[in-house]
Amino acid sequence: MKSCRTLIACLIASVFILTIPGVSLAGYDYIDITQPYLRKLPIAVPFFKKISAGDDAAQLSRTLSDLLSDTLDFTGYFKIMNREAFLADPQTDAGFANVTFHDWTSIGAELLVTGGVLVKDNLLEVELRLYDTFKEKLLIGKRYKGGISDQRRIIRRFCSDVIYSLTGDRGIFNTKIAFVSTSSGTKEIYICEFDGYNIRRVTHAKTITLTPAWSSDGQWIAYTSYARGKPDLYIKHLKEKRGTVVSKKGLNITPAWLPNKFDLSATLSFSGDPEIYLLTGTGKVIKRLTNNKGIDVSPAWSPDGKNMAFVSKRSGTPQIHVKNLDSGQVNRLTFQGRYNTQPSWSPKGDKIAYSSMEKGRNNIFVIGIDGQGPIQLTHNEGDNESPSWSPDGNLIVFSSTREGPSRIYVMTGYGTDQRRLLTLKGQQTQPKWSPRMTRK
Amino acid sequence: MRKKLWIILALAFIIPGLLFTASCAKKAVKDDAALAQQAEDEKAMAEKARQEELARQQAIEEERLKEAQEARDMFLNDDIYFEFDSSILTSEAQLLLKKKAEWLQNNPEAMSTIEGHCDDRGTNEYNLALGDRRATSAKTFLVDLGISASRLTTISYGEERPVDPGQNEEAWAKNRRCRFTTN
Repeated sequence: MKSCRTLIACLIASVFILTIPGVSLAGYDYIDITQPYLRKLPIAVPFFKKISAGDDAAQLSRTLSDLLSDTLDFTGYFKIMNREAFLADPQTDAGFANVTFHDWTSIGAELLVTGGVLVKDNLLEVELRLYDTFKEKLLIGKRYKGGISDQRRIIRRFCSDVIYSLTGDRGIFNTKIAFVSTSSGTKEIYICEFDGYNIRRVTHAKTITLTPAWSSDGQWIAYTSYARGKPDLYIKHLKEKRGTVVSKKGLNITPAWLPNKFDLSATLSFSGDPEIYLLTGTGKVIKRLTNNKGIDVSPAWSPDGKNMAFVSKRSGTPQIHVKNLDSGQVNRLTFQGRYNTQPSWSPKGDKIAYSSMEKGRNNIFVIGIDGQGPIQLTHNEGDNESPSWSPDGNLIVFSSTREGPSRIYVMTGYGTDQRRLLTLKGQQTQPKWSPRMTRK
Repeated sequence: MRKKLWIILALAFIIPGLLFTASCAKKAVKDDAALAQQAEDEKAMAEKARQEELARQQAIEEERLKEAQEARDMFLNDDIYFEFDSSILTSEAQLLLKKKAEWLQNNPEAMSTIEGHCDDRGTNEYNLALGDRRATSAKTFLVDLGISASRLTTISYGEERPVDPGQNEEAWAKNRRCRFTTN
């Protein structure tokens, strides 16, 4: 990781001064962020132009353009156009720097990304441009330098700029997803990048390990493990060997970190009853947050940290409730269905995703915090559980048995564009989307 | 003739006398053997009785051990079952728990861990809490029957350790259980 950081330090992203007259930053009007998936923006990403000779550049000009279109496609905002329809040859200058806009507008492309790849002594130089083809405007032009191993970073950074110029939001390209997998034979926690790439195992408990939860700075995870024979709560720094274990009598489960604080909530049953408590990141109980005989479990925090959604059986069946921390008042949120669990509060603040069981099958639903809806997002495709919002509030990661074994899937917050995130031995469950990692 | 008569008389006396003595002697010999035999028989009988008593006692002991083993097996193997999304003890569960309480009373040195389990239809997090509630229900019942709480530990496995991986009511019913172990 250290060497990566040194490399990234050498990675220079320079906005080159654009000489084309009339260039201005887009005013975020390309993608209606209230209805972003109603109309997907047709975008053309031709193979990049290889600027240096040699196989490396030829190879990279293809893989990088594929990676870029996959990365943009991940957001659900775009319709990636088929390259077979393209009129311009990407290896000529017309396919890169001197774009003939008519070549693209005539096939319906509204946006165009061109690139040039230069490889020299294992160093990579990539120039990337985003055009509005109808306005005949260059929206972004950047040049990146780095090692060959920095290629994903370069593409992600450019995509982040693309999304920012189109929506005003930085997107999710520097986020990760934690999940549970049985690849090693027992349930352990793994982490991958937002697109399922670069899977890394983080626990080696060789026993049941469950429910990873990210701290709001993305530096810590909390999870439950039976490593000491019972369900204890582990709070672990992801890079340094620091952390603590909360090992009270009974349950120590379902951690959820508070926004912008080194505090977390979790369900503990040392009192004889599962109740939700507020704890410090060092594992000390600050106070009890629920007070009700029967099950209270699975806290999820509103982005302002003032409200906590949780599952309670106080009304007879498991339902999502919301507690206001200031007033102490608890309101029941879900009334449809007899088994509503696993709340995840949207980072935009207005919705809660959860899983609802009917006839033994779980499906993902979204409900407004005012009770509007609920809207069902998954239908008749196996068991669908554990929704978790992306930090920009646009996507939901969840687990599904639609292809047999449980695997991790991603969809938009409206239920469109459902796709598998990764394929791994064993079964994958309980995905949790990280906050945006602060760049270092 | 007289001499002959005398002889006959003598014979008449002597022969029976001889016969008597002979029979007498013979009888005495026979009695000794019988006595020895009797003693031996008695010894054998006693030995047999002793053996039988031993066997009987052994059988009793075996029966007792078997019963103890059965009681132990009952304690360890007879899970108590629950309705879906419920931690309420059914009447069958209560009957079994009474037997388990008896065993715990007869084995005052035994400590037990009560595992709470769920079927896998719900969600993992909620099921961990439900398993905890189930184990606590069973523990509370045993404590109410006079078993010291200090002898009983609870642990929830939620839906993580099914006995039957099947996806049907039969399998689910088997998985919604409390299992007892001794430590």
